[in-house]
Amino acid sequence: MKEEKNLPQKNSGRRNFLKLGLLAGGATIAGVGLNAIAGNNKPEGEKVKVLTTDGKLVEVDSNSIVDVHHSCGMNSVSNEEARKGIPGKKFVMVLDLSRCKNARKCVSACQKMHYLPEDKYWLKVIRMQESEKTAPYWMPKPCFHCDHPPCVKVCPVDATFKREDGIVLIDNERCVGCRFCMAACPYSARSFNWDEPEMPIDIAKREYSPETSLPRKKGTVEKCDFCPDMLRDGQLPDCVTACPNGVFYFGNIYEDAVTNGDETVKFSTLLKDKAGYRYLEDLGTQPSVYYLPPASRLFPFEELKSETESESKE
Amino acid sequence: MELVEQQALINELKNDLLPQKFGIRGKIWTFLLLIIIAVGLYAYYLQLRDGLVVTGMGDYVSWGIYISNFVFLVAVSLVGSLITAVLYLVNVKWRAPLTRIAEVIAVAAIMFAGLIIIVDMGRPERMFNLFIYGRVQSPILWDVMVVMTYMTISLLLLYFPLLPGMAYCRDHMTDIPKWQHKMYKILALRWRGTKAQFDKVHKAIRILAVMIIPVALSIHTVTSWLFATTFRAGWDSTNFGPYFVSGAFMVGAAAVIAGMYVFSKAYKNYDKYITKDHFDKMGKLLVMLSLVYLYFNINEYIVPAYKMKGMEAVHLKELVFGHYAGMFWFAQIGGMILPLILLLFKKMRTPGPIFIIALIVIVAAWVKRFLIVIPTMLHPFIPMQEVQEKWMHYSPTWQEIAIMSASLAGTLLVMTIFVRFFPILSIWEIAEERGVDMEKLNQSIDEK
Repeated sequence: MKEEKNLPQKNSGRRNFLKLGLLAGGATIAGVGLNAIAGNNKPEGEKVKVLTTDGKLVEVDSNSIVDVHHSCGMNSVSNEEARKGIPGKKFVMVLDLSRCKNARKCVSACQKMHYLPEDKYWLKVIRMQESEKTAPYWMPKPCFHCDHPPCVKVCPVDATFKREDGIVLIDNERCVGCRFCMAACPYSARSFNWDEPEMPIDIAKREYSPETSLPRKKGTVEKCDFCPDMLRDGQLPDCVTACPNGVFYFGNIYEDAVTNGDETVKFSTLLKDKAGYRYLEDLGTQPSVYYLPPASRLFPFEELKSETESESKE
Repeated sequence: MELVEQQALINELKNDLLPQKFGIRGKIWTFLLLIIIAVGLYAYYLQLRDGLVVTGMGDYVSWGIYISNFVFLVAVSLVGSLITAVLYLVNVKWRAPLTRIAEVIAVAAIMFAGLIIIVDMGRPERMFNLFIYGRVQSPILWDVMVVMTYMTISLLLLYFPLLPGMAYCRDHMTDIPKWQHKMYKILALRWRGTKAQFDKVHKAIRILAVMIIPVALSIHTVTSWLFATTFRAGWDSTNFGPYFVSGAFMVGAAAVIAGMYVFSKAYKNYDKYITKDHFDKMGKLLVMLSLVYLYFNINEYIVPAYKMKGMEAVHLKELVFGHYAGMFWFAQIGGMILPLILLLFKKMRTPGPIFIIALIVIVAAWVKRFLIVIPTMLHPFIPMQEVQEKWMHYSPTWQEIAIMSASLAGTLLVMTIFVRFFPILSIWEIAEERGVDMEKLNQSIDEK
């Protein structure tokens, strides 16, 4: 909940999403109530009311409240559950390209969340320009979590898998590091741990879960995971909440609702009104990530100041 | 032929062809191979310790020369099936002295193809996950299955015809250490050369020769599918199966020619059996194989070049005019056009010139595999951005080159060791080719 202090205006959207999540998700969310209160910084020793998982209102000492944000290692789903997914949901993301000005808050949030070094990206913001005469635009590119994922198809050991909730995850304790999935992914969404990844000691010592993708492991493939541990907690992925311009909409396709933190809208209406599309649709991969075209833009397109590293090779 | 003449011929063959101790050249050669392997092993130790970061690979070029070398070795190994099976089934008589060379190349190459794949894995210690969690939907699993089947059949196809040879070694090599004699004794499986035994070997060879052809086609077709089942520019091709298989036959035939030359030069009297005529015939075979390979190359490049579709166009331009143009034209000209034209001349089909041409074909074939694997990975659909500068290109590191070289040296070492201990030219098959009735001959000996 760390972003909340900086972005108080987002609370209503977040809460709405929380309610939606609670309604549909069932009683898996042990930490939400405590978590929300922990963020409020109650003075020491004060009694606070919290809601337990079985719906009782109880009073506890605020000192005894521990933040259960996932990075504290509270994610305890079994491998079996992690492979199955969150019941009754199918996640979808909509990226409004007309709002993106390459602020890169999504990128840094993602890197922070997953303990990635600065030169490693699970989420990129790509400078796109289809042809010489067409206008350039910024395109945030997470993993597309395809419904027909070419990466999953080729995996020889079922280390990368498609869940019922639409998320494509990797089990880094099973991955043999053959990198066929990287060759098969047409969107270059995957990256490899070429050496021993550096992480804080407490993270490195945690028990591994495919839902947190932590601790990251040498010799295995990794990628954007839609932050399923956050979703299990009824929270939005970090890239969604980090974006200052509301580019990222996220939601459950069964509810036909997506939110970017500020507003919650009907998914189908959003796609209809803004002519949503999926990237490289003709490949037949059926991505779970949709784009809204960069029309009537919120910001004029500005090139990066230092273009050296992100010069596109065409 | 009279039985006496037949017996004389057999004795002459044994005299000429039973394995001999290495001279100084053989020892230096073996030593060099061992040094290359030792350096490769050290590099692999570094790779195991530090991870694949010691290679030049990155998130875009995530397959490098390990994989291209894998494709190369699988390609080379296919020749076993061509010479031993295809030529056997169409009843080509002159193949007799070449079969074992081809089969040894096949076995050695496929062994190291398997090993180099393990080297390429980020987590080699989890290799057994392929059997525990294997998914039949994955082309990698198909590859594992066909490679193992092919290796098994190739080993048998090497071993069965070797049984009489082992017996000759057991019975006629006197000046050898005890363990070596014991080895022959065990491996010869009490071979006495009876009619029943020869019947069985003949039958086994016939069955294996038929079996190995579909397996050989599968192994390289499936290898091509590791690429062709993806969307990538340059790999997304329905032509890939026959394109790979025809290229494999070509480089394999070149490898056999090189082997023929080396063995006929290394040992006295071998040129009595590997004759000029053999080089001539292999030269003609190579012309035919170049033509077939050229045909599939035309399909592979001209059709997409006509359409010039998106990333395919970028990829093709990079190959034909761009960064990879030098390698591309070397592979195309050296790998098929040059042998195709030169070998039309009889003079070029003589031992010296054809050996040089075969070497060029082999090097070009290696470069060709590099070009099949690497440039495609530098042409993803979404532009390469936000990536470390070094990952925008690919150049193999010394560790990678050392490991890759060690796999090639290992292939050669297996062949070298084989030649040291076993007859590389099949005595009884050559005898049969020259009209000796092995079964009858042995029967007459038995009766005496």
